[in-house]
Amino acid sequence: MSNHFLEVQGLAKRYPNPGSEQDLTVFENANFGINKGEFVCIIGHSGCGKSTILNILAGLDEASDGAVIMNDKEVIGPSLDRGVVFQNYSLLPWRSTLKNITFAVQARWPNWSKEQVLEHSMKFLELVGLNGVEHRKPSQLSGGMRQRVSIARAFATQPQLLLMDEPFGALDALTRGLIQEELLKIWEETHQTVFMITHDVDEAILLSDRILLMTNGPHAQVAESVSVSIPRPRNRTDIIHHPAYYKIRNHLVDFLVNRSKELNDSAASDTTNKAVSYDIHPVVVDPAIDGNETEQQTQSKQAAI
Amino acid sequence: MIASQRFKATVLSVVMLLIFLGIWEGLNIAPTDTAPKSEYELLMGGASQEARVPPPSAVIKRAFEELSNPFYDAGPNDKGIGIQLGYSLYRVLTGFFFAALVALPIGFLVGMSPLMHKALDPFIQVLRPISPLAWMPLALFIIQDSEASAIFVIFICSIWPMLINTAFGVANVRQDWINVARTHELGSFKTALQVILPAAAPTILTGMRISIGIAWLVIVAAEMLVGGTGIGYYVWNEWNNLDLISVIFSILMIGIVGMMLDLALGRISRLVEYEE
Repeated sequence: MSNHFLEVQGLAKRYPNPGSEQDLTVFENANFGINKGEFVCIIGHSGCGKSTILNILAGLDEASDGAVIMNDKEVIGPSLDRGVVFQNYSLLPWRSTLKNITFAVQARWPNWSKEQVLEHSMKFLELVGLNGVEHRKPSQLSGGMRQRVSIARAFATQPQLLLMDEPFGALDALTRGLIQEELLKIWEETHQTVFMITHDVDEAILLSDRILLMTNGPHAQVAESVSVSIPRPRNRTDIIHHPAYYKIRNHLVDFLVNRSKELNDSAASDTTNKAVSYDIHPVVVDPAIDGNETEQQTQSKQAAI
Repeated sequence: MIASQRFKATVLSVVMLLIFLGIWEGLNIAPTDTAPKSEYELLMGGASQEARVPPPSAVIKRAFEELSNPFYDAGPNDKGIGIQLGYSLYRVLTGFFFAALVALPIGFLVGMSPLMHKALDPFIQVLRPISPLAWMPLALFIIQDSEASAIFVIFICSIWPMLINTAFGVANVRQDWINVARTHELGSFKTALQVILPAAAPTILTGMRISIGIAWLVIVAAEMLVGGTGIGYYVWNEWNNLDLISVIFSILMIGIVGMMLDLALGRISRLVEYEE
C-alpha cells in the first residue's frame, strides 16, 4: 500500500443534511497515490469536492472517513511540509512582496539569520521573474504578478508536497499561459511533488504526469487516473502537435461532458457502494496507447465495482 | 480640477463664516437708550438691563488675550486656557490609555473565541448603554478622589467602542489569511501578532477614534461635576462668573481640541491601513 510517497485511502466527506437523516456525501471512496516528484492534476465539475480533497491534504479540513498518509505518517493538521497556493493568492496585503516571502521563509527556518532569509527569498522572487517589484504591496501588482508571488512563497518553503487550488483560475488567458510556462520551468528545475486542481483540460495536459478525473457530486468518486505520456520538457506551442495530445484531450473532454455524470448515476443507484472501501481504485488509463477501447473497459470495470 | 474645487470650497467656507459672524454681530448691538434715564438707572451707572449674548468681536478679542498668555496661573479660579485644556487632555488620555489596555486584549479574546463571545456578550450589551456620568457617584464613593473618578468615567466610556471594534475586526479577519498562518505552522501567539493584529488594525483604530471622540464629549460634563480644573470646569466657572464671552471662547476651544484629537487618530490609522 505505502509504496507511494502520498497515499489517500478511502477518503470521504459528508455534511449533516438539514431535514434529512442521511448526511450529504460530497465524495467518497477516494483512493489514490502520488509518487515523489510527480505532477498530478485533478479535474472534475464544480461541487465534486476537489477543493475539499486539497484542503484535507493541506490539513485545513477534516475528512469524514479515510486517511491521508504521507511518508508513512498520517496527515493531521497543516504543516510546512505541505505548501499551498490558494486560488485567490492569499497574500498578506499589509506586507510588501518581499515581506510576504520572508514571512514564509522565516516560518520554515526560524533559526536563519536575516541575511540568509533575505537571500533565499530574493532567489525565489527572481525565479518567478519578480525582482524589481519586491517593495511593492500586493495591491500594486497585477493578478498575474500576485499569483507569481504566491507561487514563489510556496516554492521558497521547499515543501515535500505542493498543493495548488486552481492557481490560474482568476487570470486572463494570456497571463495564464505565461505563468504556466514559468511553473513548468520551475518544476523542471526542482521536481517538486505537486497536486493541483484545475478546470482547464489543456493546462492539465501541459503540466501533469497524471490526471485524476472525478465524477459529479454528490457521491463523487475519483474514477480514472489518466497518464499523460508526453515526454518532457514540454512547451505550450509544441505539445499540441504531439500525436498523443488530442487522444488525451478527447478522452478528458469526453469524460467531463458525458461520463462524469453517467458514472455518478450508476454509482448512486448501486447501493452496495455505500460502504467505505479501500479497494476501489481509479481505473488507470493511457489514452495514447489504449485508444478507443478505454470507454468500454472503464465501464465494465466500474460495473464490477 | 480638484485643487480649484478645494479653493472654491475654502472661499465658500469663509463667506459663510463672515455672513454668520455679521448677523451675530448685527443682532447684538446694545440698543442706545433714547428715553431719559431714571434716577435708579443713573445710580446703577446707566447700564442696560437687557442681557445680551456678547458679539463675536468681543469673543475674538478675548480669544486673542487668552491665547497670547495661555499658561498663566493666578490661583484656583483663574488659570490660563492652556492649563485648563491640559488638565482635560491629561484625564482623557490617561482614561483612554487604561481603556485600551483592557479593551484590546478582551476584544481579541471575544473576537477569537466564539465561546467567550457568547459568554461576555450579555455583560457588554448591558454595560455599554449606561451613560458614563451615571458611574460618577459610585466612582466617587469607591475611589474617594474626584480626579481619579473623572479618569474612571473616561475609562469606562472609552472601553466599549474599542472593545466592540476589536472583537469585530478580529472575528472578521479573512479565513484565507488565517489559513496562510496555519499552513505556515504559526502558533496562536504568532498568528495573533503577525496576521490577526495587522489585519484587524484598521478596524481597531476606527474603534479608538470613536472612543477618543466620546471621551472628549464626556470629559466636559464630568469636569462640570467634579470641578477644580479642566475645560469643563472652566466653562461652568465662567458661567457662574456671568462671563459669557469666556464661555463662548471655551466652547470654541473644546471644538478645536476635539478636532485635533480626531485628526491625530486619523493620522495613526492611515499608518495601519492597507489595500486589498
